Amino acid sequence: MSSTTAADVIVIGAGIIGAACAQSLAARGLRVLVLDAGLHGATAAGMGHLLVLDDNPAELALSQYSLQRWRELAPRLPEACAYRSNGTLWLAANAEEMAVAEHKFNVLQAQGVTCELVAGRAVRQREPALREGLEGGLLINDDGILYAPATAGWMLETTGIDQRRARVSAVEGNRVRLDSGQWLSAEAVVLANGIQAVDLCPELPIEPKKGHLLITDRYPGTVTHTLVELGYVTSAHNASGPSTACNIQPRPTGQLFIGASRQFGTTDPAVEGWMLARMLKRATEYMPDLANLNGIRAWTGFRAASPDGLPLVGRHPQQDGLWLAVGHEGLGVTTAPATADLLSAQLFDETPPLAACPYLPDRFLGALAHA
Amino acid sequence: MNEHANLLIIGAGPAGLSAALAAAPRAKRIVLLDDNPLPGGQIWRDGPQAKVPGQARRLREQVLACANVHWHSSTRVIANPAPNTLLLENAERGWQIDYDCVILCTGARELLLPFPGWTLPGVTGAGGLQALIKAGLPVRDQGIVIAGSGPLLLASAATAKSNGARVLRIAEQASPAAIASFAAQLPRWPHKLLQSISLFDRQYRSASHVLAALGRDRLEGVRLKQNGKVVEIACDRLACGFGLIPNIQLAQALGCAVERQAVAVDSWQATSQPCVYAAGECTGFGGSERALVEGAIAGHAAVGNRQAAQRLWHRRARWQGFANALNTAFALDPALKSLADSDTLVCRCEDVPYAALTGHSDWRQAKLASRCGMGACQGRICGAATEHLFGWQPSAPRPPFSPARIDTLLCLEHTRDA
Repeated sequence: MSSTTAADVIVIGAGIIGAACAQSLAARGLRVLVLDAGLHGATAAGMGHLLVLDDNPAELALSQYSLQRWRELAPRLPEACAYRSNGTLWLAANAEEMAVAEHKFNVLQAQGVTCELVAGRAVRQREPALREGLEGGLLINDDGILYAPATAGWMLETTGIDQRRARVSAVEGNRVRLDSGQWLSAEAVVLANGIQAVDLCPELPIEPKKGHLLITDRYPGTVTHTLVELGYVTSAHNASGPSTACNIQPRPTGQLFIGASRQFGTTDPAVEGWMLARMLKRATEYMPDLANLNGIRAWTGFRAASPDGLPLVGRHPQQDGLWLAVGHEGLGVTTAPATADLLSAQLFDETPPLAACPYLPDRFLGALAHA
Repeated sequence: MNEHANLLIIGAGPAGLSAALAAAPRAKRIVLLDDNPLPGGQIWRDGPQAKVPGQARRLREQVLACANVHWHSSTRVIANPAPNTLLLENAERGWQIDYDCVILCTGARELLLPFPGWTLPGVTGAGGLQALIKAGLPVRDQGIVIAGSGPLLLASAATAKSNGARVLRIAEQASPAAIASFAAQLPRWPHKLLQSISLFDRQYRSASHVLAALGRDRLEGVRLKQNGKVVEIACDRLACGFGLIPNIQLAQALGCAVERQAVAVDSWQATSQPCVYAAGECTGFGGSERALVEGAIAGHAAVGNRQAAQRLWHRRARWQGFANALNTAFALDPALKSLADSDTLVCRCEDVPYAALTGHSDWRQAKLASRCGMGACQGRICGAATEHLFGWQPSAPRPPFSPARIDTLLCLEHTRDA
């Protein structure tokens, strides 16, 4: 089982997480080989919504830091990455959800996130296509959007990165076996291949959460902010059965993304009519005129969900030389720069820019077997 | 409640009309639908400037006169939410239809290959120009160049001329030897021989293909390679089509096997899926005569009249021979794969130039990186072009198969346990 030293670091997965890690490591002068099997990953399927989420302090810290990093990167992103800082408007349909909005507002303001409460009718002044009678909303001004496949592609153009289309069939510490039978080794191997990570490390507590999305034809000016119902936080987000939530995002092309759905216990990528319909129905409950727009394409994707909703970023406690950057669920695009910074700081044994502890794989995989 | 059809026929061109007529005596409720306002398909497209042949008119009248045939015009298939169920949409509503048996007569579309200037106003497909003229586009006294490949060029030229256009050139890419060998076989199908004589045009040139459409804001002329020489012709319109490609998306979505980019069928016109038949151009480019007989066989077979179906096999074989001769003669010259410049748009919906596509390994990768095929046509045009240019297989169709009102998609809410 002789193996070839392929690079300083091998990254498995060329989605936004793998690309961001590779870019960060290459920027430090390492030679990075990125292997990708060409499977349908979450980066290509997602909405590319960059948002601050505050379900818990660790999620807030990660997303807030990462949003800051995206804003720093923004001037360098090519136009194809379609970065826009259009803000997220969280929609409260009733008094209970408005109370959630107010709580979120207090938490986010305390952390220095720019946001404003929008009361009652003012919601329709901001977004005239919304139905009447909404209770209000919370506008998070610095949230944004981007086109993740192009952004990952741009990151991978960094000097020092080589890419290869190859499927990895096994990982042992700092060595990987390709489908061809060839073994490659490096100083470190970074596993960043989303839900496929469990094929290589069955011990990872990652479950696929299926989502549907639809994109409309071009209707410029219909929507400005990314619109998300607060029920996303209060109910759908925490449900175990199939669930939907209104999530409408304007693309720079004038098209609208309409989401979102969540289903557990399936790996079937088919667009399911009933789920698509439920999801669209939810969106039309907030924006009735959507019903008259043409949808041109629907698709599905799988979020790699960990039990506590936080990613696993750091060394694999039982496999020397293997590092993990997986389990980002729906926040992979948002938290890619933060993940990359956390991972490279740990690889270089530096103090990371934010506390690494909540995201360490040890919390699921047990303590370090080697030190 | 869903509409029900004992026999559902998708597409009302020659194959679909013929299938409906064959099945009518034995079927209880036949539903025939087409995304055009009138039956006839592409070849018998009706309109203010169309001259629909007598045979087509009679067939149309016969079919629509059958009390058990229900006709849905301007209706599209949007999704297949459950076995033997389709979601449909027309201008007013969306609804679902259940069927016992379906015949796919989804026809073919033109292969449009990118060349410099092909997106200029004034440039259309060859069949595209014919359709526009039939629908009322005035072309009187306009100078028209027709280019590409196949018998559609002659038919398009004939329509243009009969509406007062001046056809300045018909540029056929096939070699003189290929055309001559095809012509030599034509006496086997005397009707086709007569037809081709009547369509013959002294501006017809073989071994000729388009190099570029010229003009700033709209078409002003065309540059052709004609027997090795480059010529330029000033013109008002260029109609350019490189043959027809079967529409197989719905068949693929229903799980039907595909062979050589066409729906695979057995001698009963049955696909690999139970109760799903296919006939006409979606089973391979073959012309309206073959489509008529295939449609009839499928119609008879679908209602269990195998005897009647079998009696038509020899006629189908005869027209299949014609189709084979046609496909051999008009096989595309590989030189046509290199017409595009680096800045020539390949995907018109998303403005993706040729240079943005080279270097990718497959359709999906190219699509994600460049947005090629992500626009309103969903790769119907550029997917076929890139399949020809780069050998990429377009991804499997997903609902909605055509752009659909969100209101229509809402009909699928209760299909989970169907």
